[in-house]
Amino acid sequence: MMGQILVDGVTSGAMIGLGAIGLTLTYGLLRFANFAHGEFVTWGAYLALVVAGAFGGAAPIDPLTFGWPLLAALAAGMALTAGLALGLDAVLFRRLRRHGNAIVLVIASFGASLALRSALEFAFGPEPYYYSHDIAMTLRLAPGMRATADQLVVLGVALALMAAMHILMTRTPLGRAMRAVSENPDLARLAGIDTSRVLRATWLIGGALAAAAGVFLGVTVQLRPSMGFELLLPLFAAAILGGIGSVPGAMVGGLVIGIAESAAVPLAGAQYRAAVAFVVMLVMLLVRPRGLFGGRA
Amino acid sequence: MTGLASYACFFLTVALTYGLAALGLNLQWGSAGLFNVGVAGFAAVGAYAAAWITAAPAASHWGGFALPIPLGWIAAMLAAGAVAAVVGAVTLRLRADYLAITTFGAAVSLQLLALNATTLTGGPFGIAFIPKPFESLAATPLAFGAANLALAAAVTGVAFRALERLTRSPWGRVLRALREDEAAASSLGKAPARFRLQAFVIGAALMGLSGAMQAQFFGFIAPDNYVPVLTFQVWVMLVVGGSGNNRGALLGAVVVWGLWSFSGTALTALLPSDWQARGAALRVVAIGAALAAVLLARPRGLIGERATVSRHVEGEE
Repeated sequence: MMGQILVDGVTSGAMIGLGAIGLTLTYGLLRFANFAHGEFVTWGAYLALVVAGAFGGAAPIDPLTFGWPLLAALAAGMALTAGLALGLDAVLFRRLRRHGNAIVLVIASFGASLALRSALEFAFGPEPYYYSHDIAMTLRLAPGMRATADQLVVLGVALALMAAMHILMTRTPLGRAMRAVSENPDLARLAGIDTSRVLRATWLIGGALAAAAGVFLGVTVQLRPSMGFELLLPLFAAAILGGIGSVPGAMVGGLVIGIAESAAVPLAGAQYRAAVAFVVMLVMLLVRPRGLFGGRA
Repeated sequence: MTGLASYACFFLTVALTYGLAALGLNLQWGSAGLFNVGVAGFAAVGAYAAAWITAAPAASHWGGFALPIPLGWIAAMLAAGAVAAVVGAVTLRLRADYLAITTFGAAVSLQLLALNATTLTGGPFGIAFIPKPFESLAATPLAFGAANLALAAAVTGVAFRALERLTRSPWGRVLRALREDEAAASSLGKAPARFRLQAFVIGAALMGLSGAMQAQFFGFIAPDNYVPVLTFQVWVMLVVGGSGNNRGALLGAVVVWGLWSFSGTALTALLPSDWQARGAALRVVAIGAALAAVLLARPRGLIGERATVSRHVEGEE
């Protein structure tokens, strides 16, 4: 029982963590809560669906339910969604930033979120889609712990992406520049950092990671126009839990929220799953609003 | 002709209930700079409270006290205000956008509760047979519509006058001072958290009242009414009308509700039946794009905020 909760919680927590990285980065650098971030998750998943469809059917790699076309579609979905994030910034957020008020950006992102979600619903309809109709067999990992091969591969790729992200942030000039802009934009500019380049990189990375989370969610659950929007609250909870602007914080926060959600299902029932993230977030705001990994309160 | 007139009455009645929510949001955002993304949640609390108090007993949901409608509306304001007090107490001392995230979370959680706490709320089927005001007039649609419109106009008018006085009062000036420069205002001895919490609770009570009135005018509520699109509609109303201006909030409510209803009718008429659900989605895309366009092109809305001075100063001119 406990083992199964852990397996399910870690898998969904890894996806929440991936999505939360982009959210916490844009929050830290641009200082606004982007309500449209959940739509990058959804758009990533659907864009990958379209690309995978264009490749046509190839035999799945046993024991997975998907083959190499989906891996190519994952890469394409991440690239396209990164472009979408950058485009949304150019059309909407960058212009509003010039007016100054950060909260106006939040309103705009709320509007953009509804528009993006409804556009997908218009194009694909409300019914769910699947990357594959094969049935995923579960493997027995240990007594009382079962997972599908899909889940394990998704978890592996997600953790690899997180590790890459950690190296990027701590070991590369771009990562250092991003941390500097997040810390103090004016000082970073004075030190000769091209802040608009850093912002572009942030949107690209955030969009790509959100798309990856969306594809993984589509592989392990299903694709629906509201999938990213329903993930938004867990994403915010993970970002706040880890501390706004902190990449390792977002990953740890995602895992905590994922495990808390999956632990709450036997207690409160699956229908209240989404409220768990809210409760964890409220407790965190009361006890330690700065988050686990510092950040700004 | 009477059909059209009674439709016009109903349209305006509903628009005014949205106007109440927009007035509440204007107090929170326009005057106090508080960003509330949970309008739908507060409206839901008000709607369910009013339904429990005024509806007849039923096996499908809790409540059913069959009390007079005004009591239901007062209960709605108290309940929505109480929820706002709890949410505000946790978040108002933190940075501004945490309030946005928390109110969003509260609205999502409340909607889940409405959907799943079946014994309380009737679950996905909601609560039906909520008594309508002036039900004895229902036989003559025009008189019924006119009476309801008069009631909605009276309630909205009272709220409007009260808010106009409040924003001109010393209390309203403190709110705007805190919005513009918190450090300066608190150095003059004004406690930011207390003033903000008061504005937040009063605004949420108006949203609760708006939800209660809609429940009563439609006679039926369901969890599906309280999705984020409702929050978004009220925001668009305020932003289009001009935030910081109570007249703007009401004007925005009528204009946006008009466009929303008209586009709904047009889509129903133009689209084939199997595309209706998708057409509804298209309407949200259009209104989202319209909001972004207004924010970019006319950030002050149709009528922007005016310099508000004490009524004593105005009187001396």
